[in-house]
Amino acid sequence: MAVVVLPRSLLALFPGTPRRLDASGSTVREVIADLDKQVPGMWDRLCETGPAIRTHVNVFVAGERASLETAVAGDTTVHVIPAVSGG
Amino acid sequence: MGDSTVLVVGTRKGAFILESDAKRASWSVRGPLCEGWPIHAMAIDPDSRTILAAGGSGWYGPAVWRSDDLGETWTHSSAGLTYGDDGPKIETVWGIARKNGTVYAGVEPAGLFRSDDGGATWSHVEGLTNHPTRKDWQPGGGGLCLHTIVPHPTDNKRVWVAISAVGTFETTDGGKTWESRNRGVRAGFLPPDGQYPEIGQCVHKLVLAADGGERLFQQNHSGVFRSTDGGKEWQEISAGLPSTFGFPMVAHPRQPETIWTVPLNGDDRGRYMPDGKAAVWRSDDAGTTWKRHARGLPQENAFMTVLRDSMAVDPRDSVGVYFGTTGGELYGSSDEGKTWREIAAHLPPIWSIEAAVI
Repeated sequence: MAVVVLPRSLLALFPGTPRRLDASGSTVREVIADLDKQVPGMWDRLCETGPAIRTHVNVFVAGERASLETAVAGDTTVHVIPAVSGG
Repeated sequence: MGDSTVLVVGTRKGAFILESDAKRASWSVRGPLCEGWPIHAMAIDPDSRTILAAGGSGWYGPAVWRSDDLGETWTHSSAGLTYGDDGPKIETVWGIARKNGTVYAGVEPAGLFRSDDGGATWSHVEGLTNHPTRKDWQPGGGGLCLHTIVPHPTDNKRVWVAISAVGTFETTDGGKTWESRNRGVRAGFLPPDGQYPEIGQCVHKLVLAADGGERLFQQNHSGVFRSTDGGKEWQEISAGLPSTFGFPMVAHPRQPETIWTVPLNGDDRGRYMPDGKAAVWRSDDAGTTWKRHARGLPQENAFMTVLRDSMAVDPRDSVGVYFGTTGGELYGSSDEGKTWREIAAHLPPIWSIEAAVI
């Protein structure tokens, strides 16, 4: 199981969701798919057409910038962090 | 009719709810709601007290928010709100409308979606996207957006939609097929010998009059227009207004020949209130003549802009009229637009208003 750390702005969209979640999967795509099973709607917030991680959402696996195809080891920490954008 | 008058207001930084009584003299403000998401359009059902808020987050994409308790708690969904993994990315939701259990959402890039479960799941109305002119659709300054959805009041198979900068379309078969409805609408930004194309008009706002479903009005980039046959033919009714340019338009809930608009000084002149003097213009003869109403509005250095959905009417006996500015000011009139007062200020840029009595 990877440990996924979610940002405050995303947690606010799914009341009651903990900041840290265990999720299974060997790639980021599978991890997000498992998140979506636990928290329905999560995939649509993190992923867009392609599919791809949304333009202004960054996912880091063990501290490295990741794509949907990035491998996720069993005990890795996955950080979801919104991009520095807005106004 | 209920005691409370409610305005649901979409802004660049969340939704707000303003509440007053029947006199509409003082207002409370709640917000920002919807986690501060940019909200392009809102709808409120006075019977169920359900509010819908349509928009999109720069981080987390498009969605339609729903509250069943007048904005105290919210859920959101974009399930099915997609052109598919091979299609273009949907940037945001621009328009929302409901009719007889169906909710419609208009998106950017332009397309129409429908929900038959109150906004929980959505399906693409492919007939519009498959229109033979689709390859020629071009965006306006706000993007290629389907911003206005007007269901027919009695025929559930008829819907009009307005797309910038493409024009108006109508379906008469529940969305399977669509026809353009732009004949007679001028596209003043095209060369002189080509200003009346089948599509390419920059419709800013489309409204339906209160007399059965064939009389439409539109504020366009290039003028104000009227149709008496469901949009098949349009006549320009800009004469008497200080400018052909403006964004919003609203229709009286009971008097079919009464409409209001907010002319701005021109598409190439700054797009603010003419001469910095704020005014709302009203016609009581379906646009044949117009009268300026400015009492209570600032008449000095009022370089305000009112966007396409930032105007609304309530259904009270003396109709309340409201408009919001990109500077976050919200003005209201409880005497059908004759006199005005500021009812909120310092809000984020206002993008939409809907009014209801509960």
